[in-house]
Amino acid sequence: MKKTKVIVGLGSCGIAAGANKVYDKIEALQKVENLEFELKKTSCVGMCYREPLVEIQDASGTYLYGDVDEDRIVEIIDKHIHHHDPVKEFIVRTDLFKTEDNEYVDNQVKIALRHCGFIDPESISDYENQQGYKALKKIQTEKIQPEQVIQTVIDSGLRGRGGGGFPTGLKWKFAFNSQSDVKYLICNADEGDPGAFMDRSLLEGDPHAVIEGMIIGAFAIGATEGVIYCRAEYPLAIKRLQIALNQARKKGYLGKNAAGIENFHFDIYIKEGAGAFVCGEETALMASVEGKRGMPRKRPPFPAISGLWKKPTNINNVETWANIPWIILNGADEYAKYGTEKSKGTKVFALAGKIRRSGLVEVPMGMTIRDVIFKLGGGIKDGKKFKAVQLGGPSGGCIPEYLADTIIDYESVNATGAIMGSGGMVVMDESTCMVDVARFFLDFTQKESCGKCTFCRIGTKRMLEILTRITEGEGKEGDIERLEELAYQIKDSSLCGLGQTAPNPVLITIKYFRDEYEAHIRDKKCPALVCKKLITYTIIPEKCTGCTVCAKNCPTNAISGERKQIHFIDQDKCIRCGLCFSKCKFDAIKLT
Amino acid sequence: MRIARIAPKTEALNAESIDLQALHPLIKKYKGKKGAIIPLLQGIQSVYGFLPRAAMDYIAKECAIEPSELFGVATFYAQFRMNPVGKHIIKVCHGTACHVQNANAITDAIAEALGISDGETTPDKLFTLESVACLGCCSLAPVMMIDEETYGKLTGTKAVRIIKNIKIADNQGI
Repeated sequence: MKKTKVIVGLGSCGIAAGANKVYDKIEALQKVENLEFELKKTSCVGMCYREPLVEIQDASGTYLYGDVDEDRIVEIIDKHIHHHDPVKEFIVRTDLFKTEDNEYVDNQVKIALRHCGFIDPESISDYENQQGYKALKKIQTEKIQPEQVIQTVIDSGLRGRGGGGFPTGLKWKFAFNSQSDVKYLICNADEGDPGAFMDRSLLEGDPHAVIEGMIIGAFAIGATEGVIYCRAEYPLAIKRLQIALNQARKKGYLGKNAAGIENFHFDIYIKEGAGAFVCGEETALMASVEGKRGMPRKRPPFPAISGLWKKPTNINNVETWANIPWIILNGADEYAKYGTEKSKGTKVFALAGKIRRSGLVEVPMGMTIRDVIFKLGGGIKDGKKFKAVQLGGPSGGCIPEYLADTIIDYESVNATGAIMGSGGMVVMDESTCMVDVARFFLDFTQKESCGKCTFCRIGTKRMLEILTRITEGEGKEGDIERLEELAYQIKDSSLCGLGQTAPNPVLITIKYFRDEYEAHIRDKKCPALVCKKLITYTIIPEKCTGCTVCAKNCPTNAISGERKQIHFIDQDKCIRCGLCFSKCKFDAIKLT
Repeated sequence: MRIARIAPKTEALNAESIDLQALHPLIKKYKGKKGAIIPLLQGIQSVYGFLPRAAMDYIAKECAIEPSELFGVATFYAQFRMNPVGKHIIKVCHGTACHVQNANAITDAIAEALGISDGETTPDKLFTLESVACLGCCSLAPVMMIDEETYGKLTGTKAVRIIKNIKIADNQGI
């Protein structure tokens, strides 16, 4: 009989939700009660909204339990392990019957995330058992030549998943054609977009896939050294990568005659970033690897000709690398089966914001944004109305509800004015103020501007000042036009992607939500009731019971009134923290 | 712009008050290596918790790097601190997902409870309050991280309670 397995999801989100405590509890229970099962670890399966997750595999089937805590796990172990009686109400997915979470799982196609949440990321044999390093083996045994590898990647139609969408195979070809004794390969894992966590989950969940992809890439272009540039904010990803690299070295996949391929010498090391969003830009990233301030430089020369330490360099992002072994193993046609004419394969998205099921999803290109949000994501939280979805982080924009039938491919998304970006998808509902969102992104890019180009350095600052003024009710006629003028100047006069795209969030919100800007400027109103200076809290006399809860909680003593008497808010003292609104049990506080 | 991060004054610690011996393994490992400035700075910070002036001068001299270059890199990256920090660092996430779910309220509540502003350290040197761009736990928004531990699905009250519990645990420990 197959031995029962209990697997705990220990990705960053899982741990934040308390998965370590659940793991410790199971370990303790196993010892005390002398239970016969194998306790294993895995990473993020993508159902972040149900974390912590525990999977039990036994002779009868596979059961994934969600929202597990220390108490619940005791009940699950008792019923399921002791009495072979699965606890139906906590099951989120099983191969035996359908649950409502099936919608989330069934509509996905997992290529980049093929192992995430299924294998122990700290075990190389787990990876090898799932066809890991088989693509490399195929290259070695079938004596496939670098040109053939590059052609396969070109034929697959894979485009850079970092956001640019440049054809990966073509990029490799440029680096291949560069003549040099030393060539570098870089994995861009400096995922700095606020609201995106695809790369983190991939590195935590399947580090070997990224490493194998890089080894294949190195073989194809003739690289001698690889660098993984990873955010220091991702300690778990760095730790697991380090473990994986050591394992790969031990097994001979890295080093001299790597993977048994003669005269192919290649090794990889990790470089920790130090917290600068601009370092996601390739030339800034290379400056940072060289130990300098991460400032972009002019291109050409492109990195394929002169990159890191002035040698030919090829940079791809984490998700791109993770796709490579699958493509080599299954063939270009198999990959190109998915997607649209110009955008092939799948794309990983980090679904977050005001959505019911948030997490990590991988969908074939060509799916509509609406399907991702409603079919996979289960629609908007708390029964509110869907307003917009933000794609592409600080370089992208908000796509309004009426354009939600846009399909996911590079050209279609670009046509809306947003960009595909690296895969952050933040859903917004009617209670999100679009001017505030634009201000938020500009505040971010303004702080992250490296300061090299005047327009980016000063222009974003001026734009932020105008936006701040608007959200504080000090907007003037002509502000929208001034914002647009500055935006185009910054786009035209900045050297790198950060500056060229920094005004996008503002331009797109003006394009689709101009009425909200006008309401702020002309009527001094925030329609979504977010901007603090433009809202007021008042007490509805008919509903107030004089319970004094609001007055007790008010941090500035702005609320007065005797017990059992109608209370009153002093607008001069009120700081609009909203505490009274959330504490009142009688809905007696009105927000206007 | 990134330069705005420079604190008005750096802590005036002199060479005698900090143990420069602790830097020797670092110097041995990185002296003369190319691209070593960032790892060197990360190393100094892991020893002292911030970048003391004396340590910077010492490293510059020992590794033959211009102090201006060292300071230039240190002030560019968000990771490096020019001033000492509290025992516990509270990082409140202000990524997009957290922002639309009212991360500002979390920062405000903590600031109010600790009596400090964003970026400051409490007088008892127990807590430093920081805002960070994204911790990558968007599905648990709003989120904060204290030291290595992440806390999700916060409200202002919940965040303040967590901090109070840490304070209590600390006091009992002493």
